[in-house]
Amino acid sequence: MSVTKKFVYINRKAPYGTVYALESLEVVLIGAAFEQEVQLVFVDDGVYQLTKGQSTQGIGMKNFSKTYAALGDYDVNQIYVDEQSLKDRGLTMDDLQELTYEDEDDDWAEKSSMQLVNREQLAALIGDADVLLNF
Amino acid sequence: MSTLHTVNKSPFERNSLDTCLSLAGSGSSVLLIEDGVAGALKNTAASQSISDAMSKGVKFAVLGEDLSARGLPAERVIDGISVVDYSGFVQLAADHDNVQSWL
Amino acid sequence: MKFAIQINEGPFTHQAADTAYQFTKAALENGHEIFRVFFYHDGVNNGTMYGVPPVDDRNVQAIWSELAEKHDLDLVVCVAAAQRRGIMDEDEAKRHGKGAANIAPKFRISGLGQLIEAGIQADRLLVFGD
Repeated sequence: MSVTKKFVYINRKAPYGTVYALESLEVVLIGAAFEQEVQLVFVDDGVYQLTKGQSTQGIGMKNFSKTYAALGDYDVNQIYVDEQSLKDRGLTMDDLQELTYEDEDDDWAEKSSMQLVNREQLAALIGDADVLLNF
Repeated sequence: MSTLHTVNKSPFERNSLDTCLSLAGSGSSVLLIEDGVAGALKNTAASQSISDAMSKGVKFAVLGEDLSARGLPAERVIDGISVVDYSGFVQLAADHDNVQSWL
Repeated sequence: MKFAIQINEGPFTHQAADTAYQFTKAALENGHEIFRVFFYHDGVNNGTMYGVPPVDDRNVQAIWSELAEKHDLDLVVCVAAAQRRGIMDEDEAKRHGKGAANIAPKFRISGLGQLIEAGIQADRLLVFGD
């Protein structure tokens, strides 16, 4: 494809209570093959998708949280977490998985894929998107 | 780039309108559709945040067909919110650079 | 304008498929093109041929099939979401040993890549959901 667009995935819902977290992740993984620019945004209850230590045996559902850690291997390394959403929920970045990628332009050094953003930064991100996917 | 934001849930059911308004910049438009039309009425608990956004340069519209469906007369819509039909919805989507659907 | 439409919810439970339908109809009437309508999550249930809703109200599945027939629309049901929820065409039904296909006319089952491609090819992508 000669066209490169900026795809921004907006995640606003917690995992497991609804299917959106899982099925939006499936779009991200398939989308990785199309060599577009991909940014993931976690805002409102979406921040719960990234918590560490998810254990789902008790609810009888598949734990898909490991998939987030693999995003770096799919060249998905622009992950934005809304600061206000964490604060409102009594969470900090320490409660979240550390998602990383290996920078091929820097001798494969492991770097963080995540950035904490405020609403102003998030607004700019949304304004710059070519395609906004919501689930 | 200017964004068309759509909000389809009532501000009294969900926080989608709140989050939308915290992110809608000057020059963008917010279109209230489906149950989201509840936010368009005068004198609700959400009216102040809408006025604040308007004074920051955010334009508002509401889908007339969804207002009618819910028995909400256009006359009771906040001044400054335009009532549009589905063709108007299409036009808004075409006139802005992208569309953000707040669900 | 070339529009891509994503529908996240099934018929009747949410207004999403109806709003998307009215938007699509208006877009076509105003001379725009609909590149693709992609049904994801429970949206795949709009593609069942077995719905028999009360006749004094719209048949959400049928009006989509009719609109697609009239305007040659590309209605795509996501295969992964469809497998989870039990919407199948002949191939899928055979492959998984199920009795019969249940996908409605003018709908086709395909992969998530069709959604990404729609985002790339269209001028605007709109999402209708919960």
